[in-house]
Amino acid sequence: MTIQATASVDDRPEGFVAPKPRTSIVDVLDTLLPFAAGALFLGTWEFLVHYLKVSKFILPAPSAIVTTFVKEWPAIYVALKYTATITIGAFVTAVVTGIFFGVLLTSHKRIERTFWPYAVTMQVTPVVAIAPLVIIWVGLDRVWLSMLILAWMVAFFPMLSNTAVGMKSADHGLRNVFELYEASRWKRFRYLQLPSALPYILAGARISSGLSVIGAVVAEFVAGSGGSRGLAFMIVESGTLLNIPRMFSALLMLSIFGMSIWYVTATIQKILLQRWHESELKQEN
Amino acid sequence: MNYAPASLTTGAVPMPDVEPRRRPLVRAQHVDKTYSNGTIALKNLNLDVYPHEFISLLGPSGCGKSTALRIFAGLGAYTSGMMDWPQSMHDATGKPEREVGFVFQEPTLMPWATVFDNVYLPHRLKDRRKSEVQDRVKEVLDLVGLGQFANAYPRELSGGMKMRVSVARALVTRPKLLLMDEPFAALDEITRNRLSNDLLDIWSKAKCTVMFVTHSVFESVFLSQRIVVMAARPGRIIGELTVDAPYPRTKEFRLSSEYSAYCREVSDLLDVAMRS
Ligand SMILES: Nc1ncnc2c1ncn2[C@@H]1O[C@H](COP(=O)(O)OP(=O)(O)OP(=O)(O)O)[C@@H](O)[C@H]1O
Ligand SMILES: [Mg+2]
Repeated sequence: MTIQATASVDDRPEGFVAPKPRTSIVDVLDTLLPFAAGALFLGTWEFLVHYLKVSKFILPAPSAIVTTFVKEWPAIYVALKYTATITIGAFVTAVVTGIFFGVLLTSHKRIERTFWPYAVTMQVTPVVAIAPLVIIWVGLDRVWLSMLILAWMVAFFPMLSNTAVGMKSADHGLRNVFELYEASRWKRFRYLQLPSALPYILAGARISSGLSVIGAVVAEFVAGSGGSRGLAFMIVESGTLLNIPRMFSALLMLSIFGMSIWYVTATIQKILLQRWHESELKQEN
Repeated sequence: MNYAPASLTTGAVPMPDVEPRRRPLVRAQHVDKTYSNGTIALKNLNLDVYPHEFISLLGPSGCGKSTALRIFAGLGAYTSGMMDWPQSMHDATGKPEREVGFVFQEPTLMPWATVFDNVYLPHRLKDRRKSEVQDRVKEVLDLVGLGQFANAYPRELSGGMKMRVSVARALVTRPKLLLMDEPFAALDEITRNRLSNDLLDIWSKAKCTVMFVTHSVFESVFLSQRIVVMAARPGRIIGELTVDAPYPRTKEFRLSSEYSAYCREVSDLLDVAMRS
């Protein structure tokens, strides 16, 4: 029997170069798409407001909002600082306490069984419902603290539950490896559970960052004029004054702030996971 | 019983005994294992494992090979019987200082750590500094042929390379006993043969004892000096066979009639196991 090796099954002409995958107009258009949609939306809005002569007490045109935004910037800036402090304070506290209690909760089956129902209770109780109570307890002279607590309560749970799930997500085979070398409790935590939990913790932080903005806004609404000086209060106040362009300006600022926080946490997630985790990998298959 | 070709006994560690190879490294005596759900995984397992030998556990799926191997590793308790490490130091509580490495069926690498850090792990867990053992880590990485990949992440490696990392991790502590639970089962045949060749090479260099679980007759004959065949329900040893072919074993051995004869013999034994 003879086996003849086939030199080449390629019948393409010599020097044939496969076309590069195209990264052209289509890709550029793809990235521009959200902006185009936004521009179209704002354009239509602007046009309709002028064309239908809508009162600015009902719906101000985008141009009017921007003008007000610039004019009111000092006040908006002060309000932003206030809301940002509450939000970031609540977020950071939620991350720290969420990880701490998440680790504590999973450190022992019995602890978990004892306290988990209360963590859930805290989650399902609407914050608005207990806000007045918290404000009274903390005292009207320290409204900022009540707001911090309220925003924290909203942001805390995703951190807690994600940490708890993450701590238990370590690969079974790897747990065997750690058992084989008789790893201490601390080493197992530090080198196995914590890294395994990291993607979960970061996902929790992203949810929690969004929730802390919501928490801060709700807290400001509830606190009302009792001491809040933030963006949400600015929205309420503008509403009662029927200064709708100012209301929209505050809303715009709030959205920009929320987006920034989300972007920051997303970036941190990307940096921490990019070397190894599926969610951030650009693997060539 | 004839355990090994004479050429292999020459390198054995000096022992006070008259017959060094007669003194086992590990000895399982009447070991039973019943899982909490009532499954009798092992019934009266008796097995002596001698220093420097290459021994395979072969048997149908579910016959308790993994269970047995885990008991040898000290992972998971057994229900009754005795595990003895006659040659090892024992601590105050009488627990033997098992010097084992384990290669699981999956590579079980930490995806967040580099190849180097993955292989360093056993030492890290034993409080050895990186600077102390980095030469050793590099050495085993070279041994498995991955010296160039110390800084790669597991996801950047092929299945066979991941398995090599896993082998390196098991070897890094210089274990006396290397336990391998179907380590190459998930790999393609070409890679599997390559790794089998390399494993024999590593075994002769590392001078350790290997206990190798497989359900491939060919793999067990090619690799081992002794093949222990198990049957299921309840898991037990039904036969044993010595493969008296010299090392290094090469492709010629795979093609020899001697090899086929051994395969047939093991196959017959396995048939008995399946029927019982
Ligand atoms: N954790 C467990 N709990 C209960 N039963 C188990 C457990 N692990 C294994 N068993 C049972 O014990 C028996 C032996 O299992 P084992 O995994 O040791 O078999 P095996 O020979 O390694 O099989 P395979 O070749 O498929 O890996 C099986 O019947 C299995 O169902
Ligand atoms: Mg198994």
